[in-house]
Amino acid sequence: MGIAFYLVSALTIAGALATVLLKKLVHCALAVTVAFLGLALLFLQLDAQFAGFAQILVYIGAVAILVVFAILLTRGSELPAEGVFSKTWLVGLAIAAGVFAVLGWAVLRTAPWLPQATHAPDVTVNQIGQALMGRYVLPLEIVAILLTAALVGAVIVAMHEKEGTKE
Amino acid sequence: MSLATPLASYLLVSALVFAIGLAGALTRRNAILVLIGIELMLNAANLNLIAFWRFGPHPEALTGMMFAIFSIAVAAAEAAVGLGLVIQVYRHAKTTDLDQMNRMKG
Amino acid sequence: MQEVSAFTPQLAASGIARVLWLVPAVPMVASGIIAVLKQPRRKTASGLAIGSLALSLVLALIAFGHVLAGWAHGAAVRETMNFTWIQVGSANVELGWVLDPLAAVMLVMVTFVGLLIFIYSIGYMAHDENYTRFFCFLSLFAGAMLGVVIANSILLLFMCWELVGLTSYLLIGFWYQKPSAAAAAKKAFLTTRVGDIFFLLGIVWLFAQTGTLLFYDSGAGSLESLALGGLLVHHAAWGLTAAGAIGLLIFAGAAGKSGQVPLHVWLPDAMEGPTPVSALIHAATMVAAGVYLIARVYPLMQAGSLAGGTTTALTVVTWVGAVTALFAALIAVAQNDIKRILAYSTVSQLGYMMAGLGVGGVAVGMFHLITHAFFKALLFMGAGSVIHGCHEEQDIRHMGALRGSMRTTFLTYAAGMLALCGFPLFSGFWSKDGILGAAHAWGPTRWPYFLLVFGALLTAFYMTRQVSYVFFGNWRGHGHAHESSAVMTMPLAILAFFAVTLGAIGTPAWPWFRAFLEDRTTASIEHEPGLMMLMLTSSVIVLVGLGLGWAIYGNKTVEAEAPDALERMAPPVWAVLRDKFYADELYGATVIAFYGWWARVADWLDRRVWGGLVAGVALLFRGWAQLNRFLDVNVVDGSFDKGCEELSNGGGLMARVQSGRGQTYLRLLAVAVVILTAILIWSSRG
Repeated sequence: MGIAFYLVSALTIAGALATVLLKKLVHCALAVTVAFLGLALLFLQLDAQFAGFAQILVYIGAVAILVVFAILLTRGSELPAEGVFSKTWLVGLAIAAGVFAVLGWAVLRTAPWLPQATHAPDVTVNQIGQALMGRYVLPLEIVAILLTAALVGAVIVAMHEKEGTKE
Repeated sequence: MSLATPLASYLLVSALVFAIGLAGALTRRNAILVLIGIELMLNAANLNLIAFWRFGPHPEALTGMMFAIFSIAVAAAEAAVGLGLVIQVYRHAKTTDLDQMNRMKG
Repeated sequence: MQEVSAFTPQLAASGIARVLWLVPAVPMVASGIIAVLKQPRRKTASGLAIGSLALSLVLALIAFGHVLAGWAHGAAVRETMNFTWIQVGSANVELGWVLDPLAAVMLVMVTFVGLLIFIYSIGYMAHDENYTRFFCFLSLFAGAMLGVVIANSILLLFMCWELVGLTSYLLIGFWYQKPSAAAAAKKAFLTTRVGDIFFLLGIVWLFAQTGTLLFYDSGAGSLESLALGGLLVHHAAWGLTAAGAIGLLIFAGAAGKSGQVPLHVWLPDAMEGPTPVSALIHAATMVAAGVYLIARVYPLMQAGSLAGGTTTALTVVTWVGAVTALFAALIAVAQNDIKRILAYSTVSQLGYMMAGLGVGGVAVGMFHLITHAFFKALLFMGAGSVIHGCHEEQDIRHMGALRGSMRTTFLTYAAGMLALCGFPLFSGFWSKDGILGAAHAWGPTRWPYFLLVFGALLTAFYMTRQVSYVFFGNWRGHGHAHESSAVMTMPLAILAFFAVTLGAIGTPAWPWFRAFLEDRTTASIEHEPGLMMLMLTSSVIVLVGLGLGWAIYGNKTVEAEAPDALERMAPPVWAVLRDKFYADELYGATVIAFYGWWARVADWLDRRVWGGLVAGVALLFRGWAQLNRFLDVNVVDGSFDKGCEELSNGGGLMARVQSGRGQTYLRLLAVAVVILTAILIWSSRG
């Protein structure tokens, strides 16, 4: 179903563009949520259901909220006087365009050699669980540590100074 | 079921989202938006991973998806720490304007 | 190393010969002790000096007795004690002393006359505040002089000789605050130095030629036949043998010390010193050291002469002596300072002694030396007494009629004066006659005899003049003259006794002195033919001189400032005589002027040439240093600084890349990725 793909892609890209172009930060945060959603839908279309739902849970449910909190805590609602774009925005845009050009060129050049779609895999959560505890147990544990460290680190970093000196 | 759209399309979409995310990270003044751009880039990479997993030779090995899942987890952790840092920097410099933050100047 | 040698061998070294070194050592030690005494300890100082010299006198008498006994038994004594002082490679520097008749008589004379003068000095220097220093120097002098007498090594003799010269300098300049005294001391030292240089040359030559410094060394000494034979074989310049040349060099040294012409100029000026100094050093002993030296090295002087003949060296000695005798006597006629007259008289008599050595041998010269020591010391001390009595007046024109107020002085002075003139039967008569007799019989020519005879006439003349001015006529001084204390007149009396009687040891009737010195019996000495004639002639000469002097000066009453009688008669002649034949002026115009010019040249050289060189080198160094500094600061530092600056600038430029803004870094990252990816794609083509 090609049309579903195109619709979802358009949604995603629109959301991404909105994120980058909008002036008010909160609007940007909401737009990026839309982009996250579009991406999740694309995951679903690719038969990665677990990844899709994980994406919704984590990104939309946690990261976006986090971003909103950060915006609130840093008074992001105020618009800066000189404008939201950097003085040298053209350079940045050009670089980004260059990156896209290179990537696109790479894809298009190798398009004839890209593999065709195969039969959809039958992925169950059970299988994922087995893989996590079996083959990927080390990365799992490391990610667990990483998450713990990130948690502790974020708390320490963002703590108020007065409380920080007591530690 | 096999998919109708070819792999290249997904890759192009992923590249586009990546470029947009990069453009946002490179041009916007606010530090938080830079982080948002980085999240977008990570997501685009995830899409790339899933797409290749789906179209790859052995999807039942779950390699691509696992990779993407771990990537999501790490991205979440990184977003947390990053935003915490932005908040701390805001407390010091009273601003999140990146143009003004040049303490790393050589 | 103990050595014994004698006229006749097989004579062991006697006890007295072994301790003979004490004779000079004791006064020197006393001098050292006095030197560290404090000034107020006058009695200690004079006591030490006199005691030490008395001890030396006792030892000298013992030595004399020993030698006399040896002579009397027909075995004359010449004992030496030698030792090696330094060994330099194969050459030995040897010192030692000798005891023989010559040394013995000289020892007795020096210690005896010295002792009397020391006692006299107690009275004379009683009011001087530097009493202790005086006795210190006197003692040192006595020790040094005695060292000269007994030295058997020519080096030891030279060392003591120099010491004698030093003490003479110290004593002449004793009242150093007086500029004239300081100048006189300097003059004495420098003039004798001229002679000493030749003396040193002679010593070095002698040592080089004979290989030994000792005079007598059991046949190996430089005055013994082996060495002399060797010296005669060598020929030096101008037809002289080495012996003759060395003899002349040594005589040059003696001429300086004994005031022979032309090195006589220091002696009259030396009268600036205190009178005891004049008496001891410049009359009796130091000036006699030159004569003694020639007597000591007589075998050398005489080497090569045929029996009855003479050598070149001795001829020179004779002529110099004769000329000096006359020259000085002429000058003495026109002097007005009581001590200066005596000084020139000393120069004249030293000429006699030298001439006596030349014509007649050791005994003739030495006899006059001994008698002269006694009566000249007497005359000087008498003059000192007179000066004291006239309240430090020294000009004879301001004295007069002292025979009444200073009786003892007058009588003793008269005795001495007559002895000096050679009045018959006084000691001087016999000794002078010995010289005149020998001169009369001298082979080469009779001219020295005539010069000496004329000198004798003048001697009598000027002494009469002096005595008339001082003791006769009218009193021309201020205040009252008074006789001196007993401590001063006693020595005068003793010396007067000897002045009269000492001649007895040398009369033709009993020529003991000559026999003693030459180791013969008195009977073996023959008299010269025409002896009585000679004695008569000399007596007449003396009486003529006395008469002439009395006639002109007599018991006349004269004014103090009136010109002298002779001066009235022949003013230009008088002027020349009074001004000492302009000897000093001549030296001043020639030698001293040259020396001054040379000193200026040397100074100019030093300052301009060497100094300029040094300054030039210094300038060079400074320039070099400046150049280095310039290079260092501008080139080295500059380039280094510049380099660093450029680096810094470059770094600054490069640092601009580090804007400090994270987005910039991110952009750069992205660019890099793009480039890398492009490369990757490109490289994977086909």
